[in-house]
Amino acid sequence: MAYKLDAKTPAGELAQKWSNHKAAIKVVSPANKRKLDIIVVGTGLGGASAAASLGELGYNVKIFCISDSPRRAHSIAAQGGINAAKNYQNDNDSVYRLFYDTIKGGDYRAREANVYRLAEVSNLIIDQCVAQGVPFAREYGGLLANRSFGGAQVSRTFYARGQTGQQLLLGAYAALNKEIAAGSVKSYPRHEMLDVVIENGEACGIIARNLVTGELERHGAHAVVIATGGYGNVFFLSTNAMASNGSAAFQCYRKGAGFANPCFTQIHPTCIPVHGTQQSKLTLMSESLRNDGRIWVPKKMEDVEAIRKGTKLPSDIAEEDRDYYLERRYPAFGNLVPRDVASRAAKERCDAGYGVNETGLAVFLDFKTAIERLGKDTIKQRYGNLFDMYEEITDVNPYEQPMQIFPAVHYTMGGIWVDYNLMTTIPGLYAIGEANFSDHGANRLGASALMQGLADGYFVLPYTIGDYLAKKIQAPKVKTDTAAFDEAEKGVQARIDRLFAIKGNQSVDDIHKRLGLIMWDNVGMARTKESLEKAIVEIQALRKEFYADLKLVGTADSFNVELEKALRLEDFLELGELMARDALNREESCGGHFRSEHQTEDGEALRHDDKFAYAAVWEYKGIDNVPEMSIENLDYEFVHRAQRNYKD
Amino acid sequence: MNFTLKIWRQRDAKSQGAFETYKVENISADTSFLEMMDILNNNLIHEGKEPVAFDHDCREGICGMCSMHINGHAHGPSQAVTTCQMYMRKFKDGSTITIEPWRSAAFPVIRDLVVDRSAYDKILQAGGFISVRTNSVPDGNAIPIPKADADESMDAAACVGCGACAATCKNGSAMLFVAARVSSLAKLPQGKVEGARRAKSMVAKMDELGFGNCTNTGACQAQCPKQVSIAHIARLNREFLAAKLQD
Repeated sequence: MAYKLDAKTPAGELAQKWSNHKAAIKVVSPANKRKLDIIVVGTGLGGASAAASLGELGYNVKIFCISDSPRRAHSIAAQGGINAAKNYQNDNDSVYRLFYDTIKGGDYRAREANVYRLAEVSNLIIDQCVAQGVPFAREYGGLLANRSFGGAQVSRTFYARGQTGQQLLLGAYAALNKEIAAGSVKSYPRHEMLDVVIENGEACGIIARNLVTGELERHGAHAVVIATGGYGNVFFLSTNAMASNGSAAFQCYRKGAGFANPCFTQIHPTCIPVHGTQQSKLTLMSESLRNDGRIWVPKKMEDVEAIRKGTKLPSDIAEEDRDYYLERRYPAFGNLVPRDVASRAAKERCDAGYGVNETGLAVFLDFKTAIERLGKDTIKQRYGNLFDMYEEITDVNPYEQPMQIFPAVHYTMGGIWVDYNLMTTIPGLYAIGEANFSDHGANRLGASALMQGLADGYFVLPYTIGDYLAKKIQAPKVKTDTAAFDEAEKGVQARIDRLFAIKGNQSVDDIHKRLGLIMWDNVGMARTKESLEKAIVEIQALRKEFYADLKLVGTADSFNVELEKALRLEDFLELGELMARDALNREESCGGHFRSEHQTEDGEALRHDDKFAYAAVWEYKGIDNVPEMSIENLDYEFVHRAQRNYKD
Repeated sequence: MNFTLKIWRQRDAKSQGAFETYKVENISADTSFLEMMDILNNNLIHEGKEPVAFDHDCREGICGMCSMHINGHAHGPSQAVTTCQMYMRKFKDGSTITIEPWRSAAFPVIRDLVVDRSAYDKILQAGGFISVRTNSVPDGNAIPIPKADADESMDAAACVGCGACAATCKNGSAMLFVAARVSSLAKLPQGKVEGARRAKSMVAKMDELGFGNCTNTGACQAQCPKQVSIAHIARLNREFLAAKLQD
């Protein structure tokens, strides 16, 4: 049965929707909040800010994270910054402009009302973080500094050196610590959610595995919030942390929550290229580097070959022999085009044979011009830690020779479908931050992930969850000795037992690497009908192989990293197929989803608004069955959809 | 490159641990230290043995999860990097590498190289925050902060909470960790309001959790992957004394 999707978008003028909605939704009195329990899974920017804010409000909150501390969530690795429409630079920025840039950057595949609300609360985030003691970069006058990011012509990105995610997360983590100390939040580190429990159609708790002891635990609550980030690690190699996974979101999908636009994957243009076969992850070089770095490949094939052989250094190539291809193709935005555009342009040059390393899969990011203009000290001050990191990894000094970069999987715009209240198709189950699908459409702009995580956690969910919980004020504590919990726990136990019983020959990593290759080759930066159909067949075969030939060592009742990885891979093996199916259905190109059959004469993404101006929402039908697709039409009331233009 | 690895294996907190010796071969110089560990673990799995448990996550030096003592140094012989940012080109081909968990009474071993660092969370819960509610704050530009102060606050805030300082200190002191947080907030006007209470309660919690005293050896600073300076310990001491004098 298809979903009846009601986005619950409030009526009225765009700028009034959120205010009207807040006025219309129910609130819960302090005395009743004390009686209500909320589970938050994940402690990145979304989860930590939500849990802290909900704790402050007086709810009883439990938080779960797979790391040893909430502070280690992968939000911490975000480098460049966070957007807000403060207009502190007096460059004619506004809430509307941030909204418009985000909608356009997402190639018109996000929900208007959600994106406007995101832009609207962005300014509050900066205020909040400053008050928490986040040491944002300052100008000499003591005021907050900004820099530019891709997809915008204003300077609206706030930053703390190249460690903005870390500092914002430490702010949210501090707020969380304040609530843990006050007793309103209870923390469960080294715990992994392995199932969501549904009773009478509503979310009522989770099954979590204590990763130290291996015990399965039952936790009941009146609402469950999923804040577990994205699923980019389906590709094995990505910029995500090693333990980042899509499993919590996938359990929700298995239990009936709709999964929206799974194929929308962001390939980040500036990552350190892959070397050899022993690599475990890819390292991002912040988009902020594109403020001052210029991207190029040689114009002449002989220079490309000389660089590959090592007979010429990149710095030997004369200015007139360099192809600054982003500046050439996109004069208005130059090196600061959105990520999907920059990634595809790099691929185009490398496909044409101009890749500058031995694999042919790298382009240069060069600071020569900026160093000449601003001096080495200024560049060091702006990007010192990133330059050091680059040198540590590659043994090349980027002050002297350009960096080599290549696109890599970075972020997933798709995720659990949510309505305007951030509630999934299952009542009482919420999804926030990267885990949901709502705000970035088909491509996320740089410095907007942090914005969304904190917007959802600090300023949206704490209000909207009250509208649901107001109906629960008479509800007793959730009992965990019910049939629903019994069944969920048994299901998890059966999954674990099944994996141990296989006793095959391939390790989790052996299989995961193969899945990653299938995904990258067929569901990566450019996709075709043939590649996607091939991917589906290959993933299905690999899944069979997984269930027949997995080698899992150790025991379930102890600290067992291999078991954790095996359970996550099991979900990735289904999620990868879902991504391919979604990409196959979407016969258009938009944002990060590029179907080679659908491009303009200039090789830009060609949307088909008449057919695909919707979010594709998938409903689980069993492991080997084709999921059912429902659609949420993305009706644009305020913005005119246009072919994205970053040229003029 | 080929290496001999002497690695601490310990089943759980209650079991006795011991070193075991392994060989890894054909490792590329561009392989990171943890990728080398991945290769070892994949080999062990294929031999039907349990892999070496170690903490790691972001593999770009920011999450603070990785935590190995390598050849007697926290995060290995390189300066100013975490274990995950170290590459095998830093080691001599054919050499023996000794790998241990953090050794600190306050960080009990969970398994192999994995330790329990929840004591650091508890110290921060004792006061490592500014008590502001969501949405109850002034405009971000309402309080100008001199750039030098913001920069110094950021220097201290670079701490990743990995535990190398306490694991390195011969007294098992967590002073650099505590100082990093206290100092980062003390440099900002927003943090001054609760400064006295913060310094006292965090120091008291640190003592309660079994961390040792600071004797200014500076070993913590030398091993800190983020080069947090012991000048912050001096600031913590000033904050702490001033708070005590107010009592």
